[in-house]
Amino acid sequence: MEKEKHILVVFPHPDDESFAVAGTLALHIQAGTPVTYMCLTLGEMGRNLGNPPFATRESLPTIRKQELLNAVKAVGIQDLRMMGLRDKTVEFEDDEKLTNMITEAIDELQPSLVITFYPGYSVHPDHEATGRAVVRAIARMSEDERPKLHCVAFSNNCLDELGNPDIVHDIRSVQDKKLAAMKAHRSQTEALLANWEEQVANKEVEFISQLMEERMWTYKF
Amino acid sequence: MKSIDLKEVQAVIDSFAKQDVYLHLETTNGAYASHHNEAFFSAGAYIRNALVQYEHGKIIGEGPYRVGLKLSIGWIYAEGLTHFEVDQSGRLLLAGLDYTGKLAVALQLSYSPFE
Repeated sequence: MEKEKHILVVFPHPDDESFAVAGTLALHIQAGTPVTYMCLTLGEMGRNLGNPPFATRESLPTIRKQELLNAVKAVGIQDLRMMGLRDKTVEFEDDEKLTNMITEAIDELQPSLVITFYPGYSVHPDHEATGRAVVRAIARMSEDERPKLHCVAFSNNCLDELGNPDIVHDIRSVQDKKLAAMKAHRSQTEALLANWEEQVANKEVEFISQLMEERMWTYKF
Repeated sequence: MKSIDLKEVQAVIDSFAKQDVYLHLETTNGAYASHHNEAFFSAGAYIRNALVQYEHGKIIGEGPYRVGLKLSIGWIYAEGLTHFEVDQSGRLLLAGLDYTGKLAVALQLSYSPFE
């Protein structure tokens, strides 16, 4: 893994970072690289309220904000920026405003690497809009000034159309941090992780490798 | 939130009638429905902070429940409601939670705008 100067991560929902790149970020942080995470919304529209319910539509954002703070702490991210947009509305925001938001962060932080979702291959409309905004912001820079752009993709057609990911990080050495980050988003992951220990014990290869090998594609402008 | 008590919710609906109230109305099958099942037709709708006034409202059904609010020139309704709460701000929060605890529908009323 190449040593980076500064990493800027841009995702729309608390938990996107933990599912997609918690291990990768933990490895970079271990290597001394500062990480800034711009989280665009608080996941206000999350559907999992439990039955019997543990939250309401109105109390969920407070819960998810705390979960985000816990996850960021578990990974060791020093600079979290909550951008105050609303879940499921990112694609309806003014595109220029979103682009400028990213441009300002890049100008300020001068990251050597930016991580976001791959437009066209990231399923949720907020993911798509976030990836598009980051791509627009970087595309405006002159080629020699652009940071590297690594994108997370998981649509059903991503392997067919993008080919194999060119970045695969084995994060087993920091798996405790990855798991702690995912567990921090309890409202989102409790059911998923309920039988985690069992799956590891049973060596369920697909589930484990999905979590322990984080995949990204270098964006092609 | 607790399971809907028809009488209790009806009383709250009555208390919001004939005055300006802010409405949150939402239906959703989740953003991943078509990802997990490509044959699934994904649909939903969302209104936050519509300022409305209803003449009367009613909750009906045997659970899950339906709520209809009659406006002077129109209607608001939601079906599939299972749980409710009157929160600390006096807002009526009605939700329809599926068997796995995922929100499918929400109808909420408040005297002040939702944040």
